[in-house]
Amino acid sequence: MHSTDYSSRKNIIIGVFLLVAIIFIIRLFYLQVINSSYKLSADNIVLRKVREYPPRGLIYDRYGKLMVFNEAAYDLMVIPRQMKDIDTSLICEITGIDKLTFEKKLRKAKRYSYYKPSTYMKQISKKDIGKIQEKLYQIPGLFIQTRTLRQYPYPIAGHLLGSIGEVSKREIEKDNFYKPGDYIGKSGIENYYEEYLRGKSGLKIVEVDVHNRLKGKYSNGKFDTIAVAGKDIFLGIDADLQLYGEQLMQNKKGSIVAIEPKTGEILALISSPGYNPNLLVGRERSENYSKLLKDTLIPLMNRATMGTYPPGSTFKMVNALVGLQDKTLTKYTEYGCKGQLSLPIKCTHDHKTPLNLSEAIEQSCNPYFWNTYKSILENPSYSGSHEGYEHWYENVTSFGFGKKFKTDIPFEVRGNIPNNSYFDKLYRGSWNSLTVRSLSIGQGEILVTPIQLANLSTIIANRGYYYPPHLLTKMEGQDEVLNPYFNEKQITSIDPDNFDVVRTAMLDVFEADNGTARWYKLDSIKQCGKTGTVQNPHGDDHSIFIAFAPMDNPQIAISVIVENSGFGSTWAAPIASLLIEKYLNGESQRKSLEKKIMEGNLLQGDKNKRQH
Amino acid sequence: MRNREKISGNVDWVTVMIYSILVFVGWLSIYTASAGEDVSTLLDLNTRYGKQLLWIGFAILLAGLILIIDAEFFSTFSYVFYLGLLLLLIGVLIFGSTVAGSKSWFKIGGFAIQPAEFAKFATALAMAKYLSALNVNMRALKTKVISVGILILPALLILLQNDTGSALVYFSFGIVLFREGFSGLLFIAALMMTTLFIATIVFSETLVISAVAGIVFIIMILFKKYRKNWKPIFGIMILAIAFVFSSNYAFENVLPAHQKNRINVLLGIEQDLRGAGYNVNQSKIAIGSGGLTGKGFRNGVLTRYNFVPEQSTDFIFCTVGEEWGFIGVSVLLILFMTLLIRIILLAERQRSKFSRIYGYGVASILFFHFTINIGMTIGLAPVVGIPLPFLSYGGSSLWAFTLLLFIFLKQDANRLNVL
Repeated sequence: MHSTDYSSRKNIIIGVFLLVAIIFIIRLFYLQVINSSYKLSADNIVLRKVREYPPRGLIYDRYGKLMVFNEAAYDLMVIPRQMKDIDTSLICEITGIDKLTFEKKLRKAKRYSYYKPSTYMKQISKKDIGKIQEKLYQIPGLFIQTRTLRQYPYPIAGHLLGSIGEVSKREIEKDNFYKPGDYIGKSGIENYYEEYLRGKSGLKIVEVDVHNRLKGKYSNGKFDTIAVAGKDIFLGIDADLQLYGEQLMQNKKGSIVAIEPKTGEILALISSPGYNPNLLVGRERSENYSKLLKDTLIPLMNRATMGTYPPGSTFKMVNALVGLQDKTLTKYTEYGCKGQLSLPIKCTHDHKTPLNLSEAIEQSCNPYFWNTYKSILENPSYSGSHEGYEHWYENVTSFGFGKKFKTDIPFEVRGNIPNNSYFDKLYRGSWNSLTVRSLSIGQGEILVTPIQLANLSTIIANRGYYYPPHLLTKMEGQDEVLNPYFNEKQITSIDPDNFDVVRTAMLDVFEADNGTARWYKLDSIKQCGKTGTVQNPHGDDHSIFIAFAPMDNPQIAISVIVENSGFGSTWAAPIASLLIEKYLNGESQRKSLEKKIMEGNLLQGDKNKRQH
Repeated sequence: MRNREKISGNVDWVTVMIYSILVFVGWLSIYTASAGEDVSTLLDLNTRYGKQLLWIGFAILLAGLILIIDAEFFSTFSYVFYLGLLLLLIGVLIFGSTVAGSKSWFKIGGFAIQPAEFAKFATALAMAKYLSALNVNMRALKTKVISVGILILPALLILLQNDTGSALVYFSFGIVLFREGFSGLLFIAALMMTTLFIATIVFSETLVISAVAGIVFIIMILFKKYRKNWKPIFGIMILAIAFVFSSNYAFENVLPAHQKNRINVLLGIEQDLRGAGYNVNQSKIAIGSGGLTGKGFRNGVLTRYNFVPEQSTDFIFCTVGEEWGFIGVSVLLILFMTLLIRIILLAERQRSKFSRIYGYGVASILFFHFTINIGMTIGLAPVVGIPLPFLSYGGSSLWAFTLLLFIFLKQDANRLNVL
């Protein structure tokens, strides 16, 4: 037996060794160099992208009082892929749910994504989150995400501030800024200034180990982006005035709008009944929301911007101004009044006759304004009452009636000033001033919103111009006003001189011996006002009052509507006067009046009626 | 005959150098996989890298000791080692502790010794001793039976410990037997059997049998000479069909479920990324993410953050792949190949048959470990837990491979003294 016989077999053996090595090299070349999917998988395994939520911008009032701030809340997030060998009973124990609910939640999360985190439990309180955090390391796949909730130091201004809520599917599709579970401004200021308030979210890339424990920043944070806080905004609202107004309006239906005439900044925007904005925050949001939605007093509706009313007697001043501008009326023009017997519109007020313009405004004489209106429409310089009406229409709409201001006011409606073609259609072309006579005293087809009425008061205070009523005054980090339109002077078709007689008459409403608001006269402030009573076919008349003060340097223009409260001077006038006093003097001296108004409950009748 | 002065000069320093590099790379990989952010001392016995440093120290002592001891010592006491290890293998079945499902460890104090690791070099010694005996006739059936018996005995005992991987290592002695004159047909038959086995699992029994019958039929038509001489062809065919049936039966009914599962995953029949396939998938991702040049020392996040199971023992190759990339693993493969071929060439230059056969035994065992271990990390071999020689963490395996290699180096250094 020669061993050398087989020594050549070493070549075969070496060949086999090399073959294996070559196969390995090829395989490794494929794995490491050609196929890049393994690198992606590696990143997916080790890296976790953590979204950093920016704090939402704060909202301040005109004096820098905080109206909206943020409070931390905690969401428990789940990544289904990492949920391996988990102790279900432990999860149920620490999160306080039963096994069935847990499985349902997990299934839902899996349906959304196996790899991406989704919300498992929302808005957990600080106290509860502490307990969960202690045990969390035992449960792979669960982690805590810090979020912020809105909080309101004053329980006011829910309508105008609006609320934030979770983004809907549609909103995510529209703007890729949002991810499921994000919050977005749903209404009011929160919605209008969403893109400034929301800030910019950051992205932190971290490395985790197999137990999902944080190991450190990826590439020393080279690829991280920092969350940028949302911008703080300042509103023209006076939080104290807003609060005071809401207190005055409690247990009453209606609205208050107060505007600073020099700027158009809204000082108060009140709709009653309102709601505490803290109700629409966090986990209770949806429950409270549906409760508010079902309330028959419709507290969710912003009456100040969405409510439309016939302006009643307050509109007489508009007709007077148009007449003065057209020279179909002078301050000396006198018309007679036969009281209840007047035709075609009777007068419900008891006063002297004949009377001049100032007295007619003061006494709110219906026949006087019917005559004023008739002479505007039947002005001989026009071909007829149709052309006269068209002219009247243009004048009236220059006051901002019949259209939206299109600023940052939430949920605005247009109201209605009927135009020629409306009447042409309605009366098949045959109509004249008599047909549309109701418009002379602010009844009929005319509908205005409380904010338009406040703007009327502003126009009279300013003698013929206004700035579009708006809420925002300043935004953090922005020197100029965000929207130049807010500062654009809107000039009406009425010359400044023509306002004098109206203003004097409005002063007399407070100051004259027989003024309709004489009980609310103040020695310290020269107030101008006008009562209105709006006939309401559905029940008691609405009480309306518009006012501004002080007369020579108007700081505040206001409109107050109290529904179903009867004559304008009983509720609306004192409320307006108290607000003026509060705003100008910081406090009202008329404590008994204040108390009487605040305690006045006009909803009793409503409640009784609803119980029947 | 003894010439101690010459030993240092005769030792094959190339092999020693490669050995040292491999051990060092292994330690680096264990260090990167097990060290935390701050390391106070390298010899921290609470850590794997600290312990391994200690094992390496002992391994160097062991290597030195072997080089000093008389070369004849190992050939003389071959059977004693073999029998001793067999007794230990039996002993571990009775007194041993179970680690990871295998009852193959002796626990002494805080340390554990795995006799199966040492049984390899003892079997190599015994095989060399038996086949190098002057009166052995390679063609005799008795020789074949005894030599196969020598390797089957420890393999069976290890199989009883439920350590399939280590038992399979003894198949590698097939290379030794082939070199010493066993028929190559045996290996061709083994190759065919493997092919049939895999085909049976991947496809179906009936399909494979029809294919075998079909091939025979085609041969009969195409080659006239086989038509006359059909008996052996038909014999092979019947054997093949019998093998298909029996292997299928064995696979379905005899093989433990987890082994079956691993084979299924390997062959791509099952996609099981959470169970048996999890390790391999994580391992492939770790290696694949290394890219061409790797992520750099201590930057292999997957291995460092425990995403790859057993990354300092059986899956240590992943660490190298992730941190040093394709270039790194290529260098490692070249080192291993150089070592293996070097051992073959050293074996061939031996005057003594014992030394040559033992040398082939060393090469075969190392080759088998190399193939299966790296193969499993890159998804080319089933996951059987056997270490990568010189790199994997563990005292038993490092010492066993050191013994295995340095006994051969001692024989080689001594080759000129053999008459």
